[in-house]
Amino acid sequence: MSIGGFPTGTGTAPHAQSQFMVEHHAELLDSLDSAQRRNLWRFRIISALVWVALVLLVGGGMWLASGAEFEFVQTSGPVIVLQGAPTTVLVSVLAITFATALAIIGALGRLSLNPIFSAVASFYVSLIRGTPLLLQIYFIYFALPQLDIVLPAIQAGVTALALNYGAYMTEIFRAGIQAVPRGQREAAQALGMPEQLVMRRIVLPQAVRIVIPAVGNEFIAMIKDSALVSLITIHETLFLAQRIGRSAFEPTAALIIAGAVYWTLTIIFSFFQARLERRLARSDR
Amino acid sequence: MTTTSSHLGEVIVTMEGVHKWFGRNHVLQGVDLEVSRREAVMIIGRSGSGKTTLLRCINFLEEPTAGTVEVDGVRLQADPTHARSRRHQEQIRQLRLRAGMLFQDFNLFPHMTVLGNLIESPVRVRRIPRDEAVATAERYLDKVGLLNRRDEYPSRLSGGQKQRVAIARALCMEPKVLLFDEPTSALDPELIGEVLRVMEELAHEGTTMIVVTHEMHFAREAADRVIFIHEGRILEQGPPEQILNEPREDETQQFLRRFLHSQLAGAE
Repeated sequence: MSIGGFPTGTGTAPHAQSQFMVEHHAELLDSLDSAQRRNLWRFRIISALVWVALVLLVGGGMWLASGAEFEFVQTSGPVIVLQGAPTTVLVSVLAITFATALAIIGALGRLSLNPIFSAVASFYVSLIRGTPLLLQIYFIYFALPQLDIVLPAIQAGVTALALNYGAYMTEIFRAGIQAVPRGQREAAQALGMPEQLVMRRIVLPQAVRIVIPAVGNEFIAMIKDSALVSLITIHETLFLAQRIGRSAFEPTAALIIAGAVYWTLTIIFSFFQARLERRLARSDR
Repeated sequence: MTTTSSHLGEVIVTMEGVHKWFGRNHVLQGVDLEVSRREAVMIIGRSGSGKTTLLRCINFLEEPTAGTVEVDGVRLQADPTHARSRRHQEQIRQLRLRAGMLFQDFNLFPHMTVLGNLIESPVRVRRIPRDEAVATAERYLDKVGLLNRRDEYPSRLSGGQKQRVAIARALCMEPKVLLFDEPTSALDPELIGEVLRVMEELAHEGTTMIVVTHEMHFAREAADRVIFIHEGRILEQGPPEQILNEPREDETQQFLRRFLHSQLAGAE
């Protein structure tokens, strides 16, 4: 009989034999382990090289196609990045904050047994999801002033984005609240908590944890959709890229720079999102 | 309702003519029950016999379709058509403040520490000052032998520990009666004992409790009265020796015989 290729003869004393097995078993595992690690590293190195090659290829190709002068990048690049990116982040962060608040209220409405509250919430979700975001932005900026509601560009843009994302996120929060096990609510009720307290202290905190990955995705989508508010003269990344590119006769290069800004921002926030998710996963369950 | 033991006090839980329909399913078919102070009542019966529903009707986690429930002077008539009304909900809450409940799957709040679980309702519902609530919580944690886990999150506890924390959490509200809904059914066999020991201690100290259980051994040791429920009715009740050793009804005999067989099969 042999186990793992090693003879387990009858000649050795039982103790010495098992000792032999233990030592050589460990060696075998070690060599398997290092082989696996080598494979993993080879995989990582090759995929990193492919990434670098693709970035150079696509970036270089676009650059050649644009026929841009390097001087333009030197003079105008920093303006687009340093003025545009902060505005993009500011608009997105403000909008996602208000959208989250709207979404919680909307979700409570959707789940409410009060017909008025419930109808208002479902009307809101239906209307906003049924019309284009761009139309909503135009409406708030250009049409509301006719009703004597004049919002400056930034406020109008943030409002439109928050209303729009709030509607989509209402459904996310509704699902999150429903995903909290029924027993949690029952345990809280059995302890004499009134309905409002059960929701605020027991259900919502757990629902928020459940929806955090989805909200992170929404935020990353929002960073890109915030480019739409360039159309109402907010000086965010795309707006600056278009204006500067046009005046310097380098429209393509400016667009490439703007694209790089959005891409970089989403990579950064994806990184933080992944870290947040890992932390939540650790503290839970 | 005959109560044989002399250590029992006045009646503290009453159910009168309680019916429960789930759709067309008549789950409780007129239950009358009186439980006295310091009494430990165990409810046994086949799955689907209505024993869990009976328990959940006492604190209105299920609104009965008809009938009346009274706990420690709070009397509440089933009112399914106005179940959501503010007045009715407030009465239900008053009832629940007097009846603590333990669940099969513990239902500790996973986002709060053990201590957080224990003081949440005393502080926010009973409005007890925080340090006072903490002191009470620590006393009950000590009682269930888990004071050293007070700052852990529930996810770090074993099933048996979770249920003991849940018992301490219920006790922190100083209820008049504890309702146990199969408190050991979700536990690994080796963890059942620690929970039953805590429950037995409570029973011996004179805690009023109503327990839905499959642990016949425990019922024999700790019960003042055993109730056999069959098809939504109380078929037979009495002291544990009588119900478990010499049941009068055929159904009870059959249930106990089948139960014993499955236990033996499980032990093999």
